[in-house]
Amino acid sequence: MDLSYGSEYGVFRQQVRDFIEANRDQAPAAGARGPAGLAWQKLLIDNGYHSRTVPKAYGGYGAAPDILASRIIAEEFSAAQLSTGLGGQGISMLTPMLLEMGSEAQKLQFIQPTILGEMVWCQGYSEPGAGSDLASLTTKAELDGDEWVINGQKIWTSTAQSADWIFCLVRTEPQAPKHQGISFLLFRMDTPGIEVRPLVDMTGDANFNEVFFTDVRVPKHQIVGERGQGWQVANAILGHERGSLAPPDAAENRLKGIIKLMETETLDGQRIMDNPIFRDRLMKLQGASLAMRFNDMRLLSARINPGQDARLAGLIVKLQGTELRHEIEGFAIDVMGEIGLAYEDNPYLRGNGSWQYQYMYYLGLIIGGGTSQIQKNIIGERGLDLPREPKVTAN
Amino acid sequence: MEFGLSAEQTLLQDTVTRFLEAQAPLATVRRIAAGDTNDKEIWRGMADLGIPGLLIPEALGGVGLGILDAAIVAETLGYHVTPAPFIGTAVMAPLAFMGAGTHSSLLGTMAQGDYRVGIAMSEAIGARNDAGVRFAAGKLSGKSIFVLDSEADGYLVATRNQHLYFVAATAPGLQRQILTTVDKTRTTCELRFNQVDAEMISTDPAVYIRMLDAGRVMQAADTLGAAQCALDQAVAYAKERKQFGRVIGSFQAVKHLCAEMAAGLEPCRALVWYAAHAQDHVPEEARMMACHAKAHLAEVGQFVAKTATEVHGGMGFTDLVGLHFWFKRIGANRQLLGSPALVRAEAARVQGLCA
Ligand SMILES: Cc1cc2nc3c(=O)[nH]c(=O)nc-3n(C[C@H](O)[C@H](O)[C@H](O)COP(=O)(O)OP(=O)(O)OC[C@H]3O[C@@H](n4cnc5c(N)ncnc54)[C@H](O)[C@@H]3O)c2cc1C
Repeated sequence: MDLSYGSEYGVFRQQVRDFIEANRDQAPAAGARGPAGLAWQKLLIDNGYHSRTVPKAYGGYGAAPDILASRIIAEEFSAAQLSTGLGGQGISMLTPMLLEMGSEAQKLQFIQPTILGEMVWCQGYSEPGAGSDLASLTTKAELDGDEWVINGQKIWTSTAQSADWIFCLVRTEPQAPKHQGISFLLFRMDTPGIEVRPLVDMTGDANFNEVFFTDVRVPKHQIVGERGQGWQVANAILGHERGSLAPPDAAENRLKGIIKLMETETLDGQRIMDNPIFRDRLMKLQGASLAMRFNDMRLLSARINPGQDARLAGLIVKLQGTELRHEIEGFAIDVMGEIGLAYEDNPYLRGNGSWQYQYMYYLGLIIGGGTSQIQKNIIGERGLDLPREPKVTAN
Repeated sequence: MEFGLSAEQTLLQDTVTRFLEAQAPLATVRRIAAGDTNDKEIWRGMADLGIPGLLIPEALGGVGLGILDAAIVAETLGYHVTPAPFIGTAVMAPLAFMGAGTHSSLLGTMAQGDYRVGIAMSEAIGARNDAGVRFAAGKLSGKSIFVLDSEADGYLVATRNQHLYFVAATAPGLQRQILTTVDKTRTTCELRFNQVDAEMISTDPAVYIRMLDAGRVMQAADTLGAAQCALDQAVAYAKERKQFGRVIGSFQAVKHLCAEMAAGLEPCRALVWYAAHAQDHVPEEARMMACHAKAHLAEVGQFVAKTATEVHGGMGFTDLVGLHFWFKRIGANRQLLGSPALVRAEAARVQGLCA
C-alpha cells in the first residue's frame, strides 16, 4: 500500500493549485456553454487541464498519458468545486473512440472543434424497439452511389435538440447476424430529412428527444471502422460511459452539501444534525460512499500496476455509483421534509432545487447507459461467470 | 502509487490459507463448535507461522508487521470461519501493551503462542444489562460480559473512563463463566470481579482507542472474508444445482442475487484495506475509518449472509452444508466491539458533527 503520488507530483499538484488560484474567478458554472464556458474550456486545454492526452495535432494538449497527473487535476478541481470544463457525449465518448478507431482524416476533422465545445454531438443508439437489446436496432442505411441513405427512428437521444452532429448506429447488412450488421456513422444534424421532437422528462426539462430519419443522405466516408463493425466501435465507448456516470468525488461533494443542510435545517427548532436518526442515515451513506472512493483508488492503481486484478471492482461501478447517488439525493430531500418538495419558483427552495432535480436525474442515469438490471446481468455473467440466459427459440 | 496488497502480503495470505485448508477444514471447525475439542491445536499451528506475534516487534520475538497485514490474516480466518483467538491475543492485546510500553517479556511469550489474552471492554463501549467494572485501591470489582475468549490466560479489562487493567485468569476473586452465543467458532465469557488485584496498564485514552479501532478493523476484515466465502459458495452452488432443467444460476432472479452480493461486497475490500492502512499511516482518519469499516461491513455482511443462504434453498438452512457457520460468524462480528448504529454514532462524533 503506497498512497503517495511521488515527489514529482507534488510539484505538479502545486502548479494545478496555482492555476486554480490565479484563474478561479473566470470559471463558469459546471457544464455551462456560452462564451464564458467556451473561453474557460480553451484556457483549460491550453494549460493541459482538459483533453490533456489528446495529441496536439488534433487540438489537445499533447501530454503523454499519465493517470496520476489526470487524477491530481480531477482532485484539485473537485476540492475547489470548480468546473473541469465541458463534458457531453462528443467529448467523453466520441473523442476517445475516434482516437482509438477513427481514420486520420476523421481525427483531424472532428476532434479539435469537439473538445473546444464548438461542435456538439449527440448519441443515436437507442430506438423504440431497441433499448437494452440495442443490437436489435432497425434504423437502416443503404448505400446509393457515394451516399448512405438513412431511414428509421432513434429515441432518448440526449441533447439532439442542440447538437451539431450525431454519431449513430444503423443497420447496413440486414442479412448478417444482428451484431455483425451494424455500422457507425457520423453526420450533421441539419442534414435534410432529420426531424427532432423533444421529449419532456420527469425533471420537467426536455433533455432528450425522438429523432426521425427520412431519406437522410450522408457521404459514404463518414463511417467509423468498416461496414458491419459498428457494434465493436460502440462497445469501445460504452466502457468509457459506464465508468464516468457517477464519480465518487461528486458524491462526496453532495454529502458535504447535506452536512451543511443538516446543520442549518431545523425540525421543531432542533437542527436536523442533532437528530440521531438522520445522523445515522448520513453515516450509512458516508460509509457506502467511502467504500466507493477506495474502490475507485483501487481501479486507478490497477491501471498503473498491471499486475493488480480489479476486474470485478470495475464492473460494479455503474450499478453501485448511480444507485448510491440517487439514494444520497433522496436522503437530502428527507432531511428537508416537505420543504424538500419545493421546486421551480417555490420561495422555500434550497440549493436552487438541485436536490429534487438530481434525485430524478440520477434515476435517469440508473436507467440510461445500461439499466441496473443489465448491469447485474453483466456482473453475474462476466464477473462471476454464471451461465447466460438460454436463448428463446423463435415461435 | 499502489493501492493494493504487496507481494509479501499476498504471500502471507496464501500461507495462512494453505495452513487453514490443511489444518482447519470445516470438519475441524464442526468438532470445535460441538465442543469435542478446542482451538488450541490450530493456534499452535498458527504460532509456527508467526501469526500470534505478527504485530509484536522482532526484538521481542515477533514479526513486526502492521495492521494491514493483520487485517489480511483476519480476512483469511473469516473466510475459513477459523476458531482462533486472533483478534484479542494477536492484535488488541499487543497494541495495548506496546502502546503502554509494558510487559515486553509477556509479549515475547504471546508471540510464541504460549499466552492468550482475552478482551473485556464491552462496558467501556456501551454497557448492557447494568454490567460494568470499577477500579479502586488497586482492585477491580463488578462484571464484564461478552468478553472475547473464554480460554485466555489473562484479560485486559477496560473501565468506563477508558483505563486499561490486566488480570490473570486465575486471579483470586475472579470468576469466569462461558457465555454461549450463536457463533460457536469463537468463545465469549462473563468475568465477575470480587476485589480482584489488577495491574493498571494505561490511563491514556489514546492506547484504548488504538486498541479498539484496530479490533474493529479486524472484525470488519473477518466479515469481509466470511462474506466472500459465503458468496463464493453461493456462486458455486448456483452453477451446479439444476431445477426446471437448467442450472439455477442461469435464472435471473438467482443471478441478480449473486450480482448484488458481489456489487456490495467488492468495494468493501478497498474500504477495509484503507481502514487498516490508516491505523498505521493516516492517524487523523484512523478512528473514523475504523468505525465506517466496522459498520459498513456489518451491513453488507448481513445482506450477503442472508442472500447466500437463500441461493442455497433448503440446503442453505440445514446443518449439512454448514453455511450457517458463516452466517453466525458475520452476525457475531456485527455486534461485538460495537453494533453498527453505535459505531456510526461514534463516526459522526469523531468528525465533530455532534456532541
Ligand atoms: C436520461 C437518459 C438519457 C439517455 N440518453 C441516451 C442517448 O443520448 N442516446 C441513446 O441512444 N440512448 C439514450 N438513453 C437510452 C438508454 O440507453 C435506454 O433507456 C436504456 O438502455 C434502456 O432501454 P429502454 O429504455 O428501451 O428500456 P427496456 O430495455 O425496454 O427496459 C425496460 C425494463 O426491462 C428491463 N430489462 C430489459 N432487458 C432485460 C434483460 N435482458 N434482463 C433483465 N431486465 C431487462 C430493464 O432493466 C428495464 O427495467 C438514455 C436514457 C436515459 C434514461
